[in-house]
Amino acid sequence: MAEATILPRAVHVADRGRLWVMLYLAATGLVLILMMLAGLLMRLAQSGWLPLDPALFYQLMTVHGTGMVGIAALGGAAVMWHFLSAHVRLHSWVMGGNLALFLIGVVAILIADLIGGFAGGWTFLYPLPAISQGVWPVWAAVLHLLGLLLVGVGFLIWCLEVARAIIAGYGSLARGLGWHVLFAGSTRDVPPPTVVAATMVAIVTTLALIAGAAVIVMSLVNLAFPAVPINPLLAKNLIYFFGHVFINATIYMTVTVVYELLPRMTGRPWKTSRVFLAAWTVSTVMVLIIFPHHLLMDFAMPVWAAALGQVLSYVNSFPILIVTGLGALAIVHRSGLKWDLVSALLLLSMFGWMAGVIPAVIDATIAVNSVMHNTMWVPGHFHFYLLLGLLPMIFALMIHLVRHEDVTPHGSDLEAVLYALFGLGFVSMFLLGGWASVPRRWAQHLPEWMVWDQIASVMALGVIALTTVFVARFLAHLPALLREG
Amino acid sequence: MGIQSAAGLLTLVAVLALAAVFLRVRRLAHDDRAYAPVQGNAYRVRAIIFWVMVVVGLPLTIWLVRVNPYSLAADAPQVVRATGYQWYWELDRAQVEAGRPVVFEVSSADVNHGFGLYDAQGVLVAQVQAMPGYINRLSHVFKAPGTYRVLCLEFCGLVHHGMTTEIEVSDGGGSDG
Ligand code: HEM
Ligand SMILES: [Cu+2]
Ligand SMILES: [Cu+2]
Repeated sequence: MAEATILPRAVHVADRGRLWVMLYLAATGLVLILMMLAGLLMRLAQSGWLPLDPALFYQLMTVHGTGMVGIAALGGAAVMWHFLSAHVRLHSWVMGGNLALFLIGVVAILIADLIGGFAGGWTFLYPLPAISQGVWPVWAAVLHLLGLLLVGVGFLIWCLEVARAIIAGYGSLARGLGWHVLFAGSTRDVPPPTVVAATMVAIVTTLALIAGAAVIVMSLVNLAFPAVPINPLLAKNLIYFFGHVFINATIYMTVTVVYELLPRMTGRPWKTSRVFLAAWTVSTVMVLIIFPHHLLMDFAMPVWAAALGQVLSYVNSFPILIVTGLGALAIVHRSGLKWDLVSALLLLSMFGWMAGVIPAVIDATIAVNSVMHNTMWVPGHFHFYLLLGLLPMIFALMIHLVRHEDVTPHGSDLEAVLYALFGLGFVSMFLLGGWASVPRRWAQHLPEWMVWDQIASVMALGVIALTTVFVARFLAHLPALLREG
Repeated sequence: MGIQSAAGLLTLVAVLALAAVFLRVRRLAHDDRAYAPVQGNAYRVRAIIFWVMVVVGLPLTIWLVRVNPYSLAADAPQVVRATGYQWYWELDRAQVEAGRPVVFEVSSADVNHGFGLYDAQGVLVAQVQAMPGYINRLSHVFKAPGTYRVLCLEFCGLVHHGMTTEIEVSDGGGSDG
């Protein structure tokens, strides 16, 4: 197990790859702050504090949802590339190509949504893009979908490069997942945790992007030739398969920062045990087949699909709750660690991920879904694990780079604590809204719902302030970091 | 207790318990001990949680699958056809009786909508997606008379939040609804 039990080394990426990681993180930080401001405008509108034209609300909702999912992937790609490049040889032009396609796609989407007025949501549920009662023109829907397609193609190439590099370094994707260890008991070429995670990400994201591209192309054909219809239930399945897998994969990308840094901070290795490998293999399969939990209220779906959606969603929580979460806790428990900003962000991220899974699993229960699906409970669950799980992992890498990858504790962790408190306040208000039956995606709220919205708006201000602090610190050091790289 | 409150309470308890564990680990991290005993403990805890989740949680969730809105009431239900349009609902009748099953035949004339039934206190009591080309049948027994509201629960465009209607539920005592 030689390779897997030693501590991860500091990453020294001498080539261009490092430059791209920095640019990815910079773009992620900037877009993140803009999207948070868009989110704040929506929350203020729901609070009754800001008179916002519903047309604009839904445009902002579409931009916010699409943009946030996009930067979750962009930031995730930066984190995973950074750590993976210490284990396998990656071609850095792929990072540049993906970023170029991403930025062109973003411009297309911004023009389509804010100038063209497209507001079909980040899920562009067929046939809404084509049928808006004249609220947006066909060209806006086409441009938005083309923008998505460009972003998707960029990430597809990126995933294929990751898969290629793992196959070149470890022999096959199966060996990247450690199946020779898991099933045959081999002790040679044991993949480190980062490689296992990257293999899973490459597999599932590729499949998600193929399904996503297929349904985007079908929708584009339908926009051009309205006489060619799509089966709406098929479109829904493809969209939720794509959306579920893609957004879930982003946190499997970012978790590599936890696998790499906590061991270096505590001197305790993160072993690639067979339980660890089994957990990742289970996750790989589960993340692909539990998406019917988004279709529990589509009674046209077969009942067995709903039943599997419920039961497997529960099983899917095992790997994260029991293996990765407990593993991280064991590594820091009584380790002599002195908390600083980076380590506290990493601890928070594990809490945010584990806790964010809980409301999701509960809502994946059909009896609960009947009265909570498409209420604010849903944004409650995903903001929980994205805002308090995924983002702290990305911030941790930003600050780690600013500190020249030195893992000895620096300063206090006050900013992480404040971010956690504002973030918890913010997501709790979504969850309380769901408990009170408030529907999601409503531009205007009834007066009795507004108290949750108002508290959330105040909390969002705190979240945005701290996010700005983290991102500004990274951007301030960016020129120096780029010169070094 | 309603389903929402049960779900909320369960979430609250589980998240607080998890937070307590994290706070304890945070507080004790500075204490420098050897890894092996800590890890041994973690493996034991992991085994306990795993078996509790398998032995208690898994049968529970499998059992709970039977609590679903998919099967239809057989005995002489009242039938309501509901069709979603951007951005209004068309119901072929808006009065039903409490205490007897109602079957809603829900569809859409344009995009996806969501048929969400809210009681007089504003609590969501049942829902089903309204999809073009499909008729989704939702059966529901109204427990109490009153004015119920239908709210759209699937994003359908500009006036999604304005797509509501009412259903009058009368006392099942005798008069024909
Ligand atoms: C200060 C931070 C944030 C604020 C104020 C905010 C606000 C909002 C609001 C008001 C909504 C619409 C809720 C509704 O359905 O009525 C929303 C939806 C959403 N948010 Fe956020 N958000 C924030 C951070 C994030 C982050 C960090 C992510 C992901 C990384 C994210 C991803 C999303 C997504 C995917 C949606 C769904 C959009 C849709 O329903 O089409 N948000 N957010
Ligand atoms: Cu999902
Ligand atoms: Cu609607």
